Amino acid sequence: MSYFSFAWQWLSLAHHWAGSNGVPARLIEHLEYTVIAMVIAAAIALPVGVLMGHTGRGGLTLVGIANVWRSLPTLGLLVLAFILSGGASWAWLIPLVALAIPPIMVTTYEGVLGVDADLKDAAAGMGMTPRQVLFKVEVPVALPLILLGLRTAAIQVVATATIAAYISLGGFGRYIIDGLATNNYQLVAAGAACVVVLALLVQFAFTGLGRLVVSAGLRQQARQS
Amino acid sequence: MSWAINNASMLAHLTGQNAYLALVPVLVGLVVSLPLGVLCVRFGWLYPPVLGLISVLYALPGLALFVVLIAYTGLTDTTVMIPLGVYSLAAIFPSVVDGLRSVPEPVRQAAVAMGFGTWRRLVTVELPIAVPVVIAGLRVSAVSSISLVSVGGLIGIGGLGYLFIDGEQRDFATEIVVGIILIVILSLVTDTVLVLVRRALTPWQRGRGRLNRRADMRADLPILPAGMQMP
Repeated sequence: MSYFSFAWQWLSLAHHWAGSNGVPARLIEHLEYTVIAMVIAAAIALPVGVLMGHTGRGGLTLVGIANVWRSLPTLGLLVLAFILSGGASWAWLIPLVALAIPPIMVTTYEGVLGVDADLKDAAAGMGMTPRQVLFKVEVPVALPLILLGLRTAAIQVVATATIAAYISLGGFGRYIIDGLATNNYQLVAAGAACVVVLALLVQFAFTGLGRLVVSAGLRQQARQS
Repeated sequence: MSWAINNASMLAHLTGQNAYLALVPVLVGLVVSLPLGVLCVRFGWLYPPVLGLISVLYALPGLALFVVLIAYTGLTDTTVMIPLGVYSLAAIFPSVVDGLRSVPEPVRQAAVAMGFGTWRRLVTVELPIAVPVVIAGLRVSAVSSISLVSVGGLIGIGGLGYLFIDGEQRDFATEIVVGIILIVILSLVTDTVLVLVRRALTPWQRGRGRLNRRADMRADLPILPAGMQMP
């Protein structure tokens, strides 16, 4: 039996869509983990990336740090946070935030750093203060790349939030972990399908967001190049 | 610390297993990426659809892939290596394309003018010039792969990930910390080896560290969707 029909069979049963273990309830939990982790990671990574890109300093160490950071195993951070916090229910937050920070920080840095020097000169020549140049020119021009970093991070967090179920939390990971524990591969396949669909939706959401917030001129340029 | 010393032989075994499970898929990813990348550079229209497909594969959750694959492969090393190979492909393939595209047009024309055929030009001129960018992609994928193996611990095949599962069950933080440290060390060693390989393969670039860092930075960028290529 193909994997898709396997997952579909489970997902098409009505009682799998109701109650605290139903798909909608698990979706909300999964989104909750993703959104909270993304907001915290963005609050840390965006200012640092913008500042370093603006000043052009520290970028060379950033690559080294990003590389070491990426090697931190998510599962290890999860169980460590869980044990050290004495089984706190927020332990899932640490690995997910740690996972999301490097892509956001590196793309933001690269985006702001890559803004054409002529543009900044022109903005300064028009009488903009350094702060205005940063927020009215550099950040908007870097926005496509910043969004790309946020999107990559969000997709990784959606896919990885499944491990929160390992420390007895909810989300779609619940299906995967429970299915694994009871040798119910149909449940696992259904959980995986939910995560993939959610990841695709996140991808589309960011494409839509890009249409809304990136200036029309920049989008036209991107199409032509 | 004494726990690590008492269990040194087990730790060495797990580290070796972790390296094997992580790096074989990276090599496979590289071997698949090279011809695929060459094709996509030659036939430009292929690139956006192939890239789109690969970025969808990249979004698949590792744990779910592991578990779903059990139904097909049983509980073997392959179960863990297939998803890692897919992720490696997703990280390496764009860097092969970027690397080949970074070959300056005058260089290509000079090779043509010297009478190099398509194959000879590819092997002796274009691929060597692409090496720094390809290695940057390899570094990202090798490091991610080493750290991702540990998720396989949840299905019993996870190299150092075993320490996380065991440590959690025994409520023993030292074991988890040792596992994290060993994974970071393994990543750093692998990363250093790749940097040395790049130096050996690109003797003309010595003393141009800054430029190489730029190439590394590029590889850190996520996969770009069609129509949103970097300006």
